[in-house]
Amino acid sequence: MDTGGNFLPIIAALPFVGALIPGVMIRAGRTACATYTFMASALAFILLMLSAPAVFRGEVLQFQLEWLPMLGLNVNFMLDGLGLLFAGLILGIGMLIILYARFYLSREDPMGQFYTYLLLFQGAMVGIVLSDNILLLLVFWELTSLSSFLLIGYWKHLPEGRQGARMALTVTGLGGLAMIAGMLILGSIVGSYDLSVILQHKELIQASPYYLPALILILAGCFTKSAQFPFHFWLPHAMAAPTPVSAYLHSATMVKAGLFLMARMWPVLSGTPEWFYIVATTGLITMVLGAVIALFKDDLKALLAFSTVSHLGLITMLLGFGTEAAAIVAVFHILNHATFKAALFMSAGIVDHETHTRDIKRLGGLRHLMPVTFVIVTIAALSMAGIPPLNGFLSKEMMLEEASHTAWLSNPWILPALATLGALFSVAYSFRLVAHVFLGPKRDDYPAKPHDPAFGMWASPAFLVVLVVLIGLMPNLIAGPLVDITAAAVTGGHPHAHISHWHGLVPAFWMSVAAILGGALFLSLHGALERGWNAAPRPEAKVIFDAITRASTRASHWLTDTLHNGSITRYGAIFAAAITAAGLFAWFESPMSAPTREMLPINAIMAIGWVLLVISTGCIIAFHRNRILSLVLLGVIGLAVSMAFVYFSAPDLALTQISVEVVTIILLLLALNFLPGRTPVESGMPRRLRDAVIAGAAGLAVGGLTYAILLRDFAAESISAYHLANSYKGGGGKNVVNVILVDFRGFDTFGEIIVLGIAALVIYALTKSVLRGPGGRWLLNWGPDDDEAGDRHPLMMVVVTRVIMPIALMVGAYIFLRGHNAPGGGFIAGLIVAIALLMQYMASGFAWAEERQRYHYHAMIAAGVMTAAVTGMGSWLAGRQFLTSSYGYIHIPPIEEFEWATAMAFDTGVFITVVGAVMLALHSLSSMSRRTGEQVNIHPMDVDPGRGAAPADGKEA
Amino acid sequence: MTHWIIAPIVLPAVMAAIIVMSMRHHVLLQRIFSIAGLTAVIAIAAGLAVQASTGVIEVYDLGNWPAPFGIVLVLDRLSAMMVLLTAVLALVVTVYAAGTDWDRRGNHFHALMQFQVMGIMGAFLTGDVFNLFVFFEVLLIASYGLMIHAGGTRRLRAGLQYVVFNLLGSTLFLFALGTIYATTGTLNMADLAVRVSEIPQSDIALIRVGAVLLLTVFAIKAALLPLHFWLPETYAEAPAPVTALFAIMTKVGAYAILRVFTLIFGPDLPDIADVVEPLLLGAALITITIGMIGVLGSNRLGRLAAFAVIGSMGTVFIGMSSFTPETTTATLYYILHSTLSTALLFLTVDMVRERRMGSSDGYASLPAFRQQGLIAALFFAAAIAMAGMPPLSGFVGKLLILKSVWPLPGAGLIWAVILVTSLIAIVGFAQGGSAVFWKTKAPEESAEPADAPAEAAPEPAQGLAFTAAFSLLAGIILLTVFAGPVTSYLSATTGQLYQRQGYVDAVLTGPERVGGDAGYGAKGHGDADDGHGETDTHATEEGH
Repeated sequence: MDTGGNFLPIIAALPFVGALIPGVMIRAGRTACATYTFMASALAFILLMLSAPAVFRGEVLQFQLEWLPMLGLNVNFMLDGLGLLFAGLILGIGMLIILYARFYLSREDPMGQFYTYLLLFQGAMVGIVLSDNILLLLVFWELTSLSSFLLIGYWKHLPEGRQGARMALTVTGLGGLAMIAGMLILGSIVGSYDLSVILQHKELIQASPYYLPALILILAGCFTKSAQFPFHFWLPHAMAAPTPVSAYLHSATMVKAGLFLMARMWPVLSGTPEWFYIVATTGLITMVLGAVIALFKDDLKALLAFSTVSHLGLITMLLGFGTEAAAIVAVFHILNHATFKAALFMSAGIVDHETHTRDIKRLGGLRHLMPVTFVIVTIAALSMAGIPPLNGFLSKEMMLEEASHTAWLSNPWILPALATLGALFSVAYSFRLVAHVFLGPKRDDYPAKPHDPAFGMWASPAFLVVLVVLIGLMPNLIAGPLVDITAAAVTGGHPHAHISHWHGLVPAFWMSVAAILGGALFLSLHGALERGWNAAPRPEAKVIFDAITRASTRASHWLTDTLHNGSITRYGAIFAAAITAAGLFAWFESPMSAPTREMLPINAIMAIGWVLLVISTGCIIAFHRNRILSLVLLGVIGLAVSMAFVYFSAPDLALTQISVEVVTIILLLLALNFLPGRTPVESGMPRRLRDAVIAGAAGLAVGGLTYAILLRDFAAESISAYHLANSYKGGGGKNVVNVILVDFRGFDTFGEIIVLGIAALVIYALTKSVLRGPGGRWLLNWGPDDDEAGDRHPLMMVVVTRVIMPIALMVGAYIFLRGHNAPGGGFIAGLIVAIALLMQYMASGFAWAEERQRYHYHAMIAAGVMTAAVTGMGSWLAGRQFLTSSYGYIHIPPIEEFEWATAMAFDTGVFITVVGAVMLALHSLSSMSRRTGEQVNIHPMDVDPGRGAAPADGKEA
Repeated sequence: MTHWIIAPIVLPAVMAAIIVMSMRHHVLLQRIFSIAGLTAVIAIAAGLAVQASTGVIEVYDLGNWPAPFGIVLVLDRLSAMMVLLTAVLALVVTVYAAGTDWDRRGNHFHALMQFQVMGIMGAFLTGDVFNLFVFFEVLLIASYGLMIHAGGTRRLRAGLQYVVFNLLGSTLFLFALGTIYATTGTLNMADLAVRVSEIPQSDIALIRVGAVLLLTVFAIKAALLPLHFWLPETYAEAPAPVTALFAIMTKVGAYAILRVFTLIFGPDLPDIADVVEPLLLGAALITITIGMIGVLGSNRLGRLAAFAVIGSMGTVFIGMSSFTPETTTATLYYILHSTLSTALLFLTVDMVRERRMGSSDGYASLPAFRQQGLIAALFFAAAIAMAGMPPLSGFVGKLLILKSVWPLPGAGLIWAVILVTSLIAIVGFAQGGSAVFWKTKAPEESAEPADAPAEAAPEPAQGLAFTAAFSLLAGIILLTVFAGPVTSYLSATTGQLYQRQGYVDAVLTGPERVGGDAGYGAKGHGDADDGHGETDTHATEEGH
């Protein structure tokens, strides 16, 4: 049945879709959950098998879908021999693991979560091996790291699980990131990220100057994933995961992803000395090192983990040889290792499950208690040791054969010798596994009484062991075709594997014999060897890794906390320094032209104003700790600035400045009431000196900039000429400033009144939340000062403000009305009216005054904004843009001709908002006073009821 | 003539006014109006995006004054996209705030939210630098109000820093605008683009200072080192729904830089680009480094998330600093991604805070909390996205940026920095996540953790909160799945950005301008001698 490649995306997607099932199905029971999870894998496996015949015919199935053309990231899948082998392993062993895990997990373990993670992992893994796009491959690659993180940390209550998960994620994440770089470089060399394209450009890639960096970066990904030295240390710690995970991810599949990628890239990356020396050497070291360490591990899973490391090294080395024959062996061993090692892991899990320990020192003599497990382990371990006729023997023999005629740095002895040594240790630890766990006398101190588990639990390893035997007996029949097509996919040629048990008395035979005999010898000497091993100093990878992560975490803490210590002074200093530096950098990078304007002569008035400004600014710096004094000085500065506006014929600005000044000073005075009178000294002299230098530099820079600007003309004609020319003609007003505010740039004003309104709302909300919090409690206990005036609402002030009130209102109205043609306008008028009201409130108390006004301040602000907005939207009715003004002239007989303008309505909005905002701010401040216990007066003028006389009398007085 | 372009600004403003005026004591009404208003804004924004996707640059002359003399709003692909993004984010955040009762914990939440949206929309749409200043003020003051919403000592202290630092920035904005206006005599962006490109050599120094000052102003908003100091405390202490909305605030800074430094001070002006690009790149590399180190160096989820934002802004600016079409496209994609995933991260952090004992998001081992699995899954997704791991958009964005800078000088350094900091972030997220979600201890009092119905007090509608969070996740997933179409829209956006003559023409002379039915030529105010003529839009029936 030829399906083309259309099944491929479904095969890759099925596990991901299936990952949704267990979380739901767990509610139907554990068996149902496992069954449906199994079905998802099984379905994918069946689809794969349906695609297999085409692959065996030598076809490469493909599926292509564009995802992100700009990046070259496409959803391209392909299935060739290599993909088929791996996908088959992943899905096939996956099904066995799902079955096994059903019996392995206990009732307390959240099984739904487990299967979800497992299927996520399975999908990612299938994705890797089916990808025909290296960026897509990267996506799946990192997904395996993530899902493995979740699986290792599955028992989240165990610290080893959490640490192991983080370590695995860190190491494989590191490799993954390196690989991102490597893959991007590779793609940029070829100009395509599609694997099938890349695989055809061997010469181009190997001739590129970026070949070596790309190679190193990609290999970093492969080595970390496949636990090659010096990244091997994460794998044993990943064994904190439940055993099904160890069996699946950390022996059969995920750790082989690195091997897969090396095999996949073999046609284009291999064959160079760089490849040989990096890959083969790393593999060799890993193989020997892993085997040696494995012999001395007492934890069953640790032993198997290091044995896995060793076997991964073996395969890496074979791939590193770069010859076709070695590649065939590599492929064959991948298959063999997956079968016997997964079986061993599952058996180790059974032992752990039944005896409640994995410590070899506490085991032994289990052969009678657990005969089935014993048989399974023995066959698998013998295969691992390379004992004929099992499948492990076949591939190991072939490996030794390849090693025996490969020279390393033109030395023909090193490689064969070390390979034999690795094999020797491999034999030793395999024998030890059987001898020290199952053989020997029966003990009576097992933590739990061991017996063989239920069939469901040993079914999976048993099935694998049957495969081990069958492949061992009939390699060419069962594994031959698969190895052939896989090797063809790896090498790009048409190799044919001749797998046989007997090659004659070749070097490999003697090496094998030496390994088996030596291994048996080493086992018999195990006790002595172990004492020596334990006595010898050796670096502990976890300790080093932990030290590095802890040190870098601590360094990060330190750096982050030191840099962000919360001091606003410091932040301000950095702000000023950085911006001054950036400005100066920009300024001095280019030549500066001479000024184009004459400086105006300095006359006496200006000089006095200047001196006044300088002195009052200087005084603020000197006396800023006395808050009331600095407020007064602030007022002086404000007035001086207003005078400057007057001097430069800007009456609008002067009016605005003065009224803003008055309002802010009054509000600040009220706020000051709640603050301590003096600012405490918090910084030493050096800090202040530093800040002075920075502030001085920034100030001088700003001054210099202003100076430079003022002495130069516009480089291009300013747009203000248009405003001058069109203010009356187009805007209907003679006061250009006002027309700019309400018409030319009315939208700015619209925004600014909203700012003002929001500010008032924020002050209100802020006061409310302060009063709710500890600040409110503090205010409750905050007694008024003793030197408070006896008459809170003095007669004179009340009378004067009453008299002024109508006048002030009239001035406000006048200023408002004349605004369009003469200095004035809604903003200034609003402030003036607000001041008039403020004075009433100050004179007679807030509550007294508030009772006499009918509008809510919130509503006033909103109404002002609405008025402005509605005025703006009104122009839509006329088919014009927002805020398009119109004006005209009305003649009401007794009076003179009278101008109206829509801008006036807008200005009214401004006016209302300003009044509302100021009053709401005042209201908020007064609500704080009232919280302090200030009493509400009934009459407009009275003396403090709290002083002297009884309160009741005081109020009546 | 269409007025839709101004609707995203005016509608929230009016909505806020209505909420303050008539329903400031009715949270339910506020929610209804707020959510309804934002839904309408989304609809309008979507319409605008469709309109902009045709490539026509639409210009709206406020007050019917011709550019450059009045204020213009300009809708192009970029602004339309940002407007839509803001609208969606604002709705999600508002729904979340309503679902968790955050909006009840202080005053004026919804009004401030609407004003905030108005400010952000204005910043994206305006074509006038001074108007941009005004909208920066709007969004600053509104965001301050939102930031200190519900009060609390630490929050108020952080809020003070936020507002002080940003007011310094506003002052600087005025310096920058003063310098630029004093040199060029105009404030309209398109007009500035023309005038800056014709600036005589004698005034280069001044305009350059203006450009750099403007850059620093925007860099403050975008939290670029060393001007980011306001961010960590603010983001860690602000109410999380507000922080989630703030995800777009840093992007306002990024947008402004992108707009101003492609249009006005474009990469084709070597005098300015030579100063700006190295400054930006250097700052970006430091930003991503310090940000990601901060992720590792945090001991609270809120702080971790805040530094993740800084790191992600560093990534944005690495992409932005070289101003080539490829890098800009990649950056735009990353901006979309970063906005959604930052918001998701903060909502998740808030869910943790709300459920953990003592409202703590610290790494200490605390008892497991309600819906821990679901929240852990959300956090995992957000962390993956922020750290740039597959399969979410962070990975795609990172690859796009890496690939786009490859041909540029210094690519090796940039790659190294991005990849190494990614690793640091992965480790940081893994530590934080495993400490909070995995390392739980049994609750001390009740023996059976499952036996919690006694505490099932009437909770706010958490369904709404989860809906909000999951819709952000859905957004991230959609952004990933439809990366192809999205990037092709973004390529077109970039094309439009670098075709600045198109923008200039549209604003100053182009036929696309929304210029009244009389057509552009007839309606200039200065053209007609008689200011009150029949055709004059500002005149009325009665001549003078």
